[in-house]
Amino acid sequence: MTVKEIIEKLDLKCLNPVNLDADVTSAYASDLLSDVMGNARSGQVWITMQTHKNVTAIASLKDMPAVIIVRDGVPDDDMLQHAKDEDICLLVSKDATFQVCGKLYDLIK
Amino acid sequence: MKFKADMHIHSVLSPCGDIEMSPSAIVATAKARGMDIIGLTDHNSTLNADVTRRLGEKAGLHVLMGAEVTTREEVHCLAFMPTTEKLAEFQAFLDSKVVFFENDVDKFGFQLVVDEEENVLDQVPHLLINALDLPMLELQQKVYQMGGIFIPAHIDRPTFSLSSQLGFVPSGLKYHAMELSYYCKRDGYKFLETHPWFSDLNFIQSSDAHYVEDIAKIHSVLEMPFFSFDNFRDALRQGEPVIL
Repeated sequence: MTVKEIIEKLDLKCLNPVNLDADVTSAYASDLLSDVMGNARSGQVWITMQTHKNVTAIASLKDMPAVIIVRDGVPDDDMLQHAKDEDICLLVSKDATFQVCGKLYDLIK
Repeated sequence: MKFKADMHIHSVLSPCGDIEMSPSAIVATAKARGMDIIGLTDHNSTLNADVTRRLGEKAGLHVLMGAEVTTREEVHCLAFMPTTEKLAEFQAFLDSKVVFFENDVDKFGFQLVVDEEENVLDQVPHLLINALDLPMLELQQKVYQMGGIFIPAHIDRPTFSLSSQLGFVPSGLKYHAMELSYYCKRDGYKFLETHPWFSDLNFIQSSDAHYVEDIAKIHSVLEMPFFSFDNFRDALRQGEPVIL
């Protein structure tokens, strides 16, 4: 499933439309960036409520195409800028982490 | 001159601080254990800091007035203010960022504002260990703008630390030093081997004492011509890593 399809099916707001054709087969949900650095895999979409620019830095480092911010979180200005600089697709869901994970799991399991 | 400093101590104002941690007990114990300088750093509040400074003055112990602030990212950061006026301004700033959640005394403990004789003056109603609605960068900028001192706390810990919450030091973040915990020393500073991107920073080490017996169980040594807030800040900045 592509990032573009996920945006449509989960009704996500897209703040930086890049990597839309990237193929997504898995996701990682965590708010501890040390955990994501250690355990997330390349190609996964990252689900978090952190809105700090280190999120996009680690997404870039781990070669993750997109980040979904839950509960209508508003990214810090420098996070949005960093997403643009590093080509990370920045998405926002009105749902909380549990709902986003459940819906995404149903789509790509 | 060399000064021994334990810059991270909680009083009875912190819900997790032991009931024995009155400002007078903290000052007496730190002095008895050979400290020259301490930091009073309750969670998200400075309300016992000035009384501790006054007690310190009488006892010949320098007390830096501050707080351990929990940012929106749930990173614990030490912040110190140079004067009681700035401290009051900083307290108002912290209060404006509170996400109100009532303290359940049975579950979390008392949050007591006390005087020099350990009389209870007030209890803080909201739970002080909750995160403030305050990004770490905004906190740092506020502290710098007010002429304070900013130190990310216990960066080696797996919870509530810069390393656990944000992975690495964000570009653009300023700081006067980073703090290592007692556990880092106990573990032979393995954290710095496994996290080499943190290893070349300026460090202090503090007890993070919540109980009287833990006061000054670890400390930093800082070199300055004489004690003043500005000299202390400079000593942090220019210091070699204070690992011993």
